[in-house]
Amino acid sequence: MAANSSAITPTITAAIVDADRRNARDARADGAFRWIVTAAGIFVLLALAGAALSMLWGGREAFSTFGLGFLFSTEWDAVNHHFGALVPIYGTLVTALIAMIIAVPVSFGIALFLTEVAPNWMRGPVGAAIELLAGIPSIIYGMWGLFVFVPLMGEYVSPWLNDHIGALPLIGPLFTGPPLGIGMLTAGIVLAIMVIPFISSVMREVFLTVPTRLKESAYALGSTTTEVVWDIVLPYTRSAVIGGIFLGLGRALGETMAVTFVLGNAHQLTASLLMPGNSIAATIANEFTEADSDIYRSSLIALGFLLFIVTFFVLAAAKLMLRRLSRQEGAK
Amino acid sequence: MTDAHFAVAASAAPAAAAASATGARPKMAARNLDFYYNGFHALKSVNFEIAEKRVTALIGPSGCGKSTLLRVFNRIYSIYPKLEAKGEVLLDGDNILDPRFPLNRLRSKVGMVFQKPVPFPMSIYDNIAYGIRHYEKLPKSAMDVRVEQALTQGALWGEVKDKLKQSALGLSGGQQQRLCIARAIALRPEVILLDEPTSALDPIATGKIEQLISELKNDFTIAIVTHNMQQAARCSDYTAFMYLGELVEFGETETLFTKPTKTQTEDYITGRFG
Amino acid sequence: MNASTHAVSDRLYRNRRIKNAIALGLSGLATLFGLFWLVWILWTTLRTGLAAMKPSLFTQMTPPPGSDGGLANALFGSAIMSVGAILIGTPIGVAAGTYLAEYARKHPIGEVIRFVNDILLSAPSIVLGLFVYTLVVRTSGHFSGYAGALSLALIVLPVVVRTTDEMLQLVPSTMREAALSLGVPQWKVTMQVLYRSALPGIVTGVLLALARISGETAPLLFTALNNQYWTHDLSQPMASVPVVIFQYAMSPYDSWHALAWAGAFVVTLFVLLLSLLSRAILLRNKASHD
Repeated sequence: MAANSSAITPTITAAIVDADRRNARDARADGAFRWIVTAAGIFVLLALAGAALSMLWGGREAFSTFGLGFLFSTEWDAVNHHFGALVPIYGTLVTALIAMIIAVPVSFGIALFLTEVAPNWMRGPVGAAIELLAGIPSIIYGMWGLFVFVPLMGEYVSPWLNDHIGALPLIGPLFTGPPLGIGMLTAGIVLAIMVIPFISSVMREVFLTVPTRLKESAYALGSTTTEVVWDIVLPYTRSAVIGGIFLGLGRALGETMAVTFVLGNAHQLTASLLMPGNSIAATIANEFTEADSDIYRSSLIALGFLLFIVTFFVLAAAKLMLRRLSRQEGAK
Repeated sequence: MTDAHFAVAASAAPAAAAASATGARPKMAARNLDFYYNGFHALKSVNFEIAEKRVTALIGPSGCGKSTLLRVFNRIYSIYPKLEAKGEVLLDGDNILDPRFPLNRLRSKVGMVFQKPVPFPMSIYDNIAYGIRHYEKLPKSAMDVRVEQALTQGALWGEVKDKLKQSALGLSGGQQQRLCIARAIALRPEVILLDEPTSALDPIATGKIEQLISELKNDFTIAIVTHNMQQAARCSDYTAFMYLGELVEFGETETLFTKPTKTQTEDYITGRFG
Repeated sequence: MNASTHAVSDRLYRNRRIKNAIALGLSGLATLFGLFWLVWILWTTLRTGLAAMKPSLFTQMTPPPGSDGGLANALFGSAIMSVGAILIGTPIGVAAGTYLAEYARKHPIGEVIRFVNDILLSAPSIVLGLFVYTLVVRTSGHFSGYAGALSLALIVLPVVVRTTDEMLQLVPSTMREAALSLGVPQWKVTMQVLYRSALPGIVTGVLLALARISGETAPLLFTALNNQYWTHDLSQPMASVPVVIFQYAMSPYDSWHALAWAGAFVVTLFVLLLSLLSRAILLRNKASHD
């Protein structure tokens, strides 16, 4: 290009380039600014990578001492330095599962109510109130669980479950046990209360992305609200709804304080949901500052690493599924 | 075909011939300008010029490349990735597409006003002073004078002189657009590029802006993109008609609207398409 | 069409209506169920906490078992570590958000950072505590307020990154073009025009982050630890309201329980006020834009 343009065009006057010092200064400052904000962006990546690596490093002693057996051993013996993660892993999964069984249908109902059923004047305030619930610190849930909910569970719910469901075959053993109040069922319920606002607000936002014309054309065919939600809204938003559920699951798996108060900190593997248990986060919270040997501390950090890996994949799946909807939105 | 009116052939346009497109001295000129959006060929070998202290209008159906062409003249396109201009754009004989051409200098000499008025989220006074402060360290009194001058030239002083400290976001749409013109003027540019400056305004506000344009051409070189042919006819001296990335016809406004040489131009100005 | 098909379609229609009514009723019940817990938890916290409130809460230190005292050192520790976390997290977060919105909006690296940031946003906070433990406490050899502030900053960071990114993306591109076409360099345009335009949103993000960390317990347990005494030395272990609540609530002493409830009351009130305030800012901002 330079070759043919030089024939017709004067190149730019040299004086223009030299004269403008401000331009060079601005360009340098722009470069520096760009460098700073890029570094900050990279810092976000490093924060997450650093968290993963530091826990892998901190847990290396436990991993190398116990090997894969760390994942499958129920032993948790601080005196003889034998540690296995199965009890906390089991507790984490079971409490999160109980939470999801309760929270998913309730959240779906709330999202449905707030987008399709409630009169317009009610949607704003009720939605805001539910979101307020999401803002309450988890330690408040834990305290409320310990002082208010646990006694109720012990006095009324556990005995009732023992009497009525405990005798049933198959699921009976799940609901048999002493009326302690604390335990995995209680922890699961408190977790459910905690994640309902998260899941329902994601679902609500997702439902709101369904184009009105789609819904209107279904209503025009005489569909009922339920049919519109089932046939139009859900298929349209399916992946994002699952994404929202996974987001809640990620919260439930990693939640510490709400669970620690009501789980009972007991390293035992039992079928009964009425028995105390432990979760990864609760074990770390309860025992970390009391850990008196390197292998003990390393085992706790190794637990943290496991938790991190599990939540990472759950949250990543959630994000990917939520993103699919926003891409759909963008493509419209 | 007269001297003052000629049609640029799509392929070849010698610089000497282009210079005679308008009687006046060309302030800026595009020579064999090609433009690519992500590989899409948006401007095809365009030869065009902006006459000094005249109003030059660019018309054509949407997507014809008229805004793209305007946005090359102060290189505002360069803030986005994957956009590329090839060819030459001259400002007083210097090629502004040359990467060595200082952006500061270009943008202080070639101001731009956009389709939607975009006052900065600050006071009316600061909106005007913002650009000046970047180039000159002025004492408060001198700055006051510059701000008043710019607002007066922008035909806004009378309406805002008592509320200079108020947020510019409180002005009406038409006032905001005149503020944006005044903001561009405040840097004492030589060329002002107007990209559909009235498309978001009501007829009364549009009338004020058009009147302002005719006053400004005494001091500035102006290029205006408009989708409104009447507007081009009312306020420009020269008009270029663009279609599908090519400059189809370029000449004196009156001639172009009364005796177009190309059938495409005629079809467009008589409303047969676009 | 004969009478029998009419009857069938009527019955079908009635069944559909009944099914619909049941489903909608259930959705209303679900909402009531959600609100029920909200009211219950708030009611318990406010009633029990208010009963435990007393002026000495703000003047006396956390007491040894069984005796009376206040939360002055814990409140101070929480305040200073939260402020520290905001001071560390906000500038980095705003800068990273700027990178995402202004320099890497559609870039693959930008997408990766956005993705990782979203994960950081929901990552278990106890994990961040462990990270800072290995990074700071382990290497420095002791628990400290700095470590506490840093672990809270890691919670502030993704919130601020996300709001800054979103708010800058909402600034119309013509605003950038208008400012850049004056020849003002991009860094100045960003700092002086774009931030100003995005300010209400960014402030809201910072307030929400503050609300989140003011109740955070897990990451402080093994970074700042606790301290029975007043200290303003960030290199020392430091008390915080949530950790004191945890310790006292799990204890067998009634006087400690009362203090825990009072702390819970203060934290909840603070969090609710912050979330109302940020809502108000957003609403006002929206109103001024319409």
